[in-house]
Amino acid sequence: MVTTSRKAPTPEYSNRVSKLLHSERFLLGAVGVIGFLLIWEAAARAGAINVQFFASPTMIAQAGIIEVQTPAFWEDAMVSAWEFFAGFSIAIILGVPIGLMAGWFVKLNYALDPWLNFFNALPRVALLPVLVILFGLGIQSKIAVVFLGAFFSVIIPTVQGVRTVDRRFLDVATSFRASKRLLFTSVVGLATVPFIVTGLRLGMARGLIGVVTGELYAATEGLGVMIRRASENRQGDRMLFGVLLFTFAGIIGVEIIRAVERRFQKWRPEGFRR
Amino acid sequence: MMDKGLALQARGVRMSYVDPQSGDRLLAIERIDMDIAEGEFVSIVGPSGCGKSTFLKIINGLLPTSEGEIAIAQPAHGRDHAMVFQDSALFPWYSVLNNVAYGLVCQGVKKKLAQQRAMPFIEMVGLKGFESKYPYQLSGGMQQRANLARALTVDPEILLMDEPFAALDAQTRELMQAELLRIWRQANKTVLFITHQIDEAIFLSDRVVVMSARPGRILADIPIDIPRPRDLEVKRTPRFVELADEIWRLVSGQLSGIPTAAQVG
Repeated sequence: MVTTSRKAPTPEYSNRVSKLLHSERFLLGAVGVIGFLLIWEAAARAGAINVQFFASPTMIAQAGIIEVQTPAFWEDAMVSAWEFFAGFSIAIILGVPIGLMAGWFVKLNYALDPWLNFFNALPRVALLPVLVILFGLGIQSKIAVVFLGAFFSVIIPTVQGVRTVDRRFLDVATSFRASKRLLFTSVVGLATVPFIVTGLRLGMARGLIGVVTGELYAATEGLGVMIRRASENRQGDRMLFGVLLFTFAGIIGVEIIRAVERRFQKWRPEGFRR
Repeated sequence: MMDKGLALQARGVRMSYVDPQSGDRLLAIERIDMDIAEGEFVSIVGPSGCGKSTFLKIINGLLPTSEGEIAIAQPAHGRDHAMVFQDSALFPWYSVLNNVAYGLVCQGVKKKLAQQRAMPFIEMVGLKGFESKYPYQLSGGMQQRANLARALTVDPEILLMDEPFAALDAQTRELMQAELLRIWRQANKTVLFITHQIDEAIFLSDRVVVMSARPGRILADIPIDIPRPRDLEVKRTPRFVELADEIWRLVSGQLSGIPTAAQVG
């Protein structure tokens, strides 16, 4: 009988290895985070950091616990969330279809292109003073700035996606005499999905920036207003709690878009998923 | 009017186009006249850029002719022709099943029914069990099987095959050639096959048409008198080698800068 000295790894073996690697990654990440928090806390208690300006982790946590028990906090949070979702939704509802059209119809693209470039180059938060004059201090001006932030981030990759659809796939559809509608839904739309997802990711980040900047600049309610007031009242712990909330909102947003991506991009090899 | 028993009749096909970069009018195909009988397997060989793929795309309706006519027999059922694309060109976002069913969906067949009707062809090309895989999960040979099944599903009178095995490694290519002959017999189709591999053309075909360098025209139309069914062994018979030599001389005569057999000898 012929025997080989080397054995192929059994499924159980490779499974255990990947689990170990996974948990190692997780453990080291946890050590990094907790270690940093401990150093921060120790430095604050030792007086190396002035907690008047920059609170310690436990102070932020305490401020947070008090904060979530006040109705005013939830009102602020709802206002911010609403501004973000309204602005971002309008950006998607308008940006994706217009982007698909502009990518497909070359002449429409030529007409829109200068404007897309202009607004893409313009930092949209710079329009805040104009928007406040137009829409007032209420949520409308914030919805507008979120929309402007996200819209161009969504539409530009969408146009790009349509314009770079592989010629071969269009030939296949034409060869099988697909109707114009089917050509659009089966080829152009699906081929553009990765670009749209990229646009959503960029747009989400821009939208969040819009909410924060808009509320910090001029607003009467919202988490940005809470941060601003806390800062003015030298409540460093409360201020940083507000900042953390926006960070979590960003993280949750990224995860939601990842889930969307997984749903729509099963067909992409793992390594090419971003 | 087309002669009886023919699947395709091309008369005086000429194709020129305007080069978008230089603005010059370029002649891709000088003239092609060609008859293909029903059930016949015909290959076109020729140097790169001779217009053989262009001719196929004209038949398929992807490109217009400048002059001449192409008549295709209209079958009682199914499509008149379908293309098997180079590099498979499967939609990466569709499973094998949905890719193979695509031609039917294009004809307006409901998705569920199209999938049902695609199944026998997936089986025919040997992809049973892979219906729900995505193209990236398939090897090159399997992708070409799916590509072939996609064309077969619309039940075409003529299969137009554009160098379908060009990207495959030598062993997979030979396997796929043998598979193609099996499927051709089973499905009973007319095939017009484009390749630059002379031995592939001889092995598969009833006739090999040799085209000149650009602008393309037909140099020779060589009947392959090797009896069928053929297996891969046939490639080592004297008659096969003789035919390959003859065609090679015709093709290499079209390549400028490369010494011909006579010059080397």
